Amino acid sequence: MTDYNFAYLDEQTKRMIRRTILKGLAIPGYQVPFASREMPMPYGWGTGGVQVSAAVLTPDDTLKVIDQGADDTTNAVSIRRFFQKTAGVAVTEATAQASVIQTRHRIPEQDLREDQIIVYQVPIPEPLRFLEPSEVETRKMHSLEEYGLMHVKLYEDISQHGDIATAYAYPVKVEGRYVMDPSPIPKFDNPKLEMAGIQLFGAGREQRIYAIPPYTQVVSLDFDDYPFQPTKADHACGLCGAHDSYLDELIVDDEGGRVFMCSDTDYCATRRRAGHVGTHGTPFEEDAA
Amino acid sequence: MTPLLQVENIAKFYGARIGCADVSFDLYPGEVMGIVGESGSGKSTLLNCLAGHLVPDRGAVRFDTRTGGLRNTVTMSEPERRMLGRTDWAFVHQHARDGLRMNVSAGGNVGERLMAVNARHYAEIRTQAIDWLGRVEIMADRIDDRPTAFSGGMQQRLQIARNLVTGPRLVFMDEPTGGLDVSVQARLLDLLRGLVREMRLSAIIVTHDLAVVRLLADRLMVMKDGHVVETGLTDQVLDDPQHAYTQLLVSSVLQV
Repeated sequence: MTDYNFAYLDEQTKRMIRRTILKGLAIPGYQVPFASREMPMPYGWGTGGVQVSAAVLTPDDTLKVIDQGADDTTNAVSIRRFFQKTAGVAVTEATAQASVIQTRHRIPEQDLREDQIIVYQVPIPEPLRFLEPSEVETRKMHSLEEYGLMHVKLYEDISQHGDIATAYAYPVKVEGRYVMDPSPIPKFDNPKLEMAGIQLFGAGREQRIYAIPPYTQVVSLDFDDYPFQPTKADHACGLCGAHDSYLDELIVDDEGGRVFMCSDTDYCATRRRAGHVGTHGTPFEEDAA
Repeated sequence: MTPLLQVENIAKFYGARIGCADVSFDLYPGEVMGIVGESGSGKSTLLNCLAGHLVPDRGAVRFDTRTGGLRNTVTMSEPERRMLGRTDWAFVHQHARDGLRMNVSAGGNVGERLMAVNARHYAEIRTQAIDWLGRVEIMADRIDDRPTAFSGGMQQRLQIARNLVTGPRLVFMDEPTGGLDVSVQARLLDLLRGLVREMRLSAIIVTHDLAVVRLLADRLMVMKDGHVVETGLTDQVLDDPQHAYTQLLVSSVLQV
């Protein structure tokens, strides 16, 4: 453990990131530039989220890392191991026991508490990017609150697909001011963005950090005649039978057989432990896998 | 009657070179002003200074705003100026692709200005877009096509629809017929003339094509080397040019 400074980054860098986080919290939804560091992993693997996590971790924290809702995928496992090695913090898969949660593509099904921090990995922080390639112009649009262009994207969705087809990274307006990309979470998770926990967003390659303080108003953009609708697959979880969680679709054989199951593995396991069984599930056994 | 636009001693320099200098004029509601001159005479520089795309080094541009009367657009705050840019003003570029979003459908292009002023009802935006496509003679079934699938003339008409949908009072046009073949030019001019009369638009048209100003403009300003050398009613200037350069310009037009 003595080979690394606590949580890999040096103290000056962590101070710099903490200052950025505080500014982000003070201006909800505003993308604060920061001097992103080279991390020992490729861009796109969560370098922004890792830096934010490193800056907020303390030795007493318990860390949970999820990737697409699951605790046991490559990205989650390697980031969890990274902090076990460089910070020596306790880790957990249980949402309720974690004090810092780093996530990619999902918000846990279980509501977060005031003493929890969730850190999102963000690939492209600028919600206007695909319509306006100039950073100078998009920053000006944010500062002058010119957000008509965001609705052009939704308009295009309806004209092409008959409905707002944007299913993830669905743009939101934070506290009536900044339009923000909530990172590529499914729009099913958008209503959860109004939560008790602190939400931090880190984009390493794009060198931006932004934040949503607890209990902040977060409104998903829509049209009067095409209101925002969080969507999920119209099934119940095959393993735990849950109707209220976001589902992954898994192909299970070579004859087109498929099973829907909770994308949040901890949520699913907790329910199965409590005795819930879905159509494809078996009663829960510890260490069954 | 208050002028809609009052231009006073506008000057813009590029280092030591003159972009345009000492330009003053008043434009009244419903009036169409033509600015002609050869390439490099400062026409486009002047137009960009008036439309707020460039900051002039000297002078004032006063616009008769709906709420505050005559306001100097050079010194007003940027949000106010950009607000004017998407409500009361319109800017038609020479190349349609500079003024359009090429990766957004025709309907989205027309609807953008509506959404920029907080239209949030999809069906209403779409109805207005179809209405405007019709006015510029684009079939309603092309509404979901991207401008890349349009011909040059259609792109230019789409750009005009996109600009006029919010009912601007002043339109800036930079060579609106440049690069189009003559029959398409004729139809576009016809359309523009109809829209200008019908909506009682004021317009400032920069062009080097004397036929365009003959058809559209009430008044004419001739520029050379950044200065205005002659002004007057269009027919007067074209039929009885006084300045040597204007005489050259008028006599250079090819007769078929």
